[in-house]
Amino acid sequence: MKNIAFEFKEGMLIAFRALKANKIRAALTMLGIFIGITVVVLMSTAIKGIDNSFQRGISALGSDVLYISKWEWFSNDDWWTMRNRKNIDMAQFDKFKNLAKLPLAIAPTTNSRRTVKYRDRRVEGVFLNGSTSEYVETTNFTFASGRFYSEIESNSSRQVAVIGSEVANSLFPRGDAMDKTIKIGGANFKVIGVLTEQGSVILGPFNPDNQVFIPIGTIFKNFESRHMRGITINVRAPNPGMVAETKEEAVSVMRKVRGLKHNEVNDFSINQQEALMDQYNSVVGVIQIAGLFITGLSLFVGAIGIMNIMFVSVRERTREIGIRKAIGATRRTILAQFLLESSTICLIGGSLGLLAAVILSMVVNQFIPTSVQVDAVIIAIVVALVTGILAGIAPAYIASKLDPVEALRYE
Amino acid sequence: MNIINIEHIAKIYELGMEEVHALRDVSLRIDKNEYLAIMGPSGSGKSTLMNMLGCLDTPTSGIYEFKGQSVSTMSDNELAKIRNKEIGFVFQTFNLLHRSDALHNVELPLVYAGIPYAERRERAKQTLIDVGLGDRIDHKPNQLSGGQRQRVAIARALVSKPSIILADEPTGNLDSKTGEEIMQVLEEIHNKGNTIILVTHEEYIAEHAARIVRLRDGLVEKDESVSSRYIHT
Repeated sequence: MKNIAFEFKEGMLIAFRALKANKIRAALTMLGIFIGITVVVLMSTAIKGIDNSFQRGISALGSDVLYISKWEWFSNDDWWTMRNRKNIDMAQFDKFKNLAKLPLAIAPTTNSRRTVKYRDRRVEGVFLNGSTSEYVETTNFTFASGRFYSEIESNSSRQVAVIGSEVANSLFPRGDAMDKTIKIGGANFKVIGVLTEQGSVILGPFNPDNQVFIPIGTIFKNFESRHMRGITINVRAPNPGMVAETKEEAVSVMRKVRGLKHNEVNDFSINQQEALMDQYNSVVGVIQIAGLFITGLSLFVGAIGIMNIMFVSVRERTREIGIRKAIGATRRTILAQFLLESSTICLIGGSLGLLAAVILSMVVNQFIPTSVQVDAVIIAIVVALVTGILAGIAPAYIASKLDPVEALRYE
Repeated sequence: MNIINIEHIAKIYELGMEEVHALRDVSLRIDKNEYLAIMGPSGSGKSTLMNMLGCLDTPTSGIYEFKGQSVSTMSDNELAKIRNKEIGFVFQTFNLLHRSDALHNVELPLVYAGIPYAERRERAKQTLIDVGLGDRIDHKPNQLSGGQRQRVAIARALVSKPSIILADEPTGNLDSKTGEEIMQVLEEIHNKGNTIILVTHEEYIAEHAARIVRLRDGLVEKDESVSSRYIHT
C-alpha cells in the first residue's frame, strides 16, 4: 500500500495544477464561498458582540438584585390583574426595609421622563431615576467624576443629580459637567456626579448611560404625584449565592407589609434580571437564528456553485480521467483528486472570506462592539472544508466510476 | 517466455435489447520481445481485443493470464495497478494532458506508482531524451508537432518499464513521413528487448511487425509469422 501522505501530496499538486489551468473559473467559484464565509462569520461575530454588550449592560445592573413591583416583567398574566393591584408606596417600603434582614441594600425607585437642558443643549425624554442614597449599592456603578447623592441629600430631597455618560456627553461635550446647574423639566438641579460608560446600547432607555439619577423625593416634589406613581423596591442579595434565600424572605416580608391573608395570592411580583435575559433570548435569539440561516443560505448557494462547476469539470475532463485511469490511476486516486480540488477551492475562498470578515468586523466595531472569536475562525475553516467535500463528493464519485474505455473514447 | 496467454475469450456487449458479440472465441499467446500486429477491418473486434490486452476491460468469458496472473477475475484496483506497472499505451490521438508540459505527462505513470518526486522527474527526463525530445521537456502538447506529441506519448508508455507496449494506430493521425519516424522509434524500442503489440488496419504499418494476427467478426482469421519476409526486405 502506498502511504496516504504521499497520495495526499500528489493530489494537492494535481489540484493546484487544475486550478492554475482554470484561474478565472476557480476565482469565480471561490467568490461564492468567499462571500458565504464572510457574511456568516460577520453575522456570528456581530451576534456575539451584541450578546456581550447586552451581558455587560445587564451586569452593570447587578445580577443579584431583585425588583419588587406590582408589575411582573414579561408576564403572560392578565394585564388588568396587575393594573388593579395596589401601588407599592413609600410607607410600605419603610416597613419592608425594617423587616427584611438579609439584603445588602434596599432602595425604592420610581421614575419619570423629562427633557434635560443645559443652556442651549437639550436631551429629550430622559429617563429620570428617583431613589435613595442606598440605590448606588444595588448597582455596580463606577464614577467618571463626583459621587452619588448622600443620605442627607436624599432624605431632604435636595435638587442634585447624577448623570449617565451619554447624557453628560450630550450636555457637556467638553466634559465639564461637575457642579453645573442643569434644568430638568423646568427645575434646577446641580450635577454632583457623572457615571462612566456602564453598558449597553441594546437596553435603550434602561441603559444607565441615558439616565439621570435624582433623590426620590424630588421626583414626587417636581414631576409625579406620590399617590399616583408607585415605586419599585430594589433589593440586593448579600452575595450572588444568596439570591434564592433573599427572594424567599422578600416574599414573606412583602406579604406581611401588604397585609395578605394566608389564602390570598401575592399582589406583587419579584422580578429578576433572568426575566430580562429570557425575554432577550426569546426575541433576539429568534432574530439571530434567522440571520444565521439567511447568511447560511448564501454559503449554501456558494456550495451549489462549486458542485455545479465540479460536475462541469468532470464532464469536460472525461478524457483526462480516461487517460489517467489508463496509465494507472485507481478509483480512489481520481476521487481524491476531485475532492481535493473542490476542498482547495473552498479552503482558499473560505480563508479569504475569513480575512475579509476580520477586516470588516474592525470597521463594524466602530458602531457595534464586535470581535472575531477563535471559535468563529475554526468553525469557518471547518465549514469551508466540509462544504468543499460535500460539494465535491457527488462529482468526484461520478468521475471515479467512469469506465476508462468509454472515457478515452469521449470527444 | 509467455507474457500473455489468452484462451477462448469472448466479449459480449449489451446494447439495449441486443447482444453484440464483439469477440467470439479468441486464443492467443504472446511471448516476451515479440513484435505483433493485430489487424482487421472495423467491427472485427480489434479495439475490443486491444482493450482486453491493455487490461482496460475484462472478458465476458474465457481465460486471460498476464504473466501467469488471471486478469479475468481482477478488481478495478488490481487492473489499475497492472496497467500502471506492466502496460504502456500509445494512442492514435496521443491522449496527452494538454495543460501539462511534456515532463509532467511522462512522469504521470510514476506518480501513480508512488515514485518520489526527484527520482521520477529524473526518469521522465531521461526517457524524453531517449525518444529524442531532450530539448522539449517543458513544452506543452500544443507547442509540439504531431510527431513530437507521439514521442511524448511513447516516452510516457516507456517510463514505467512495462512488460508490453500497446500501440493503437500510432501513426493514424500523422503524415506518412512522420509516421515512418514513429515506426522507427518503435523499432528501436523493440530492438532493446521490449514487447510491442501494434493495432492497425494499414498493411504497410503492420509489416513492421514480425507476426500479424488478423481478426474478422470476433474470430482470429489468420495468425502468421512474417519475420522471414521482414528480414529479407
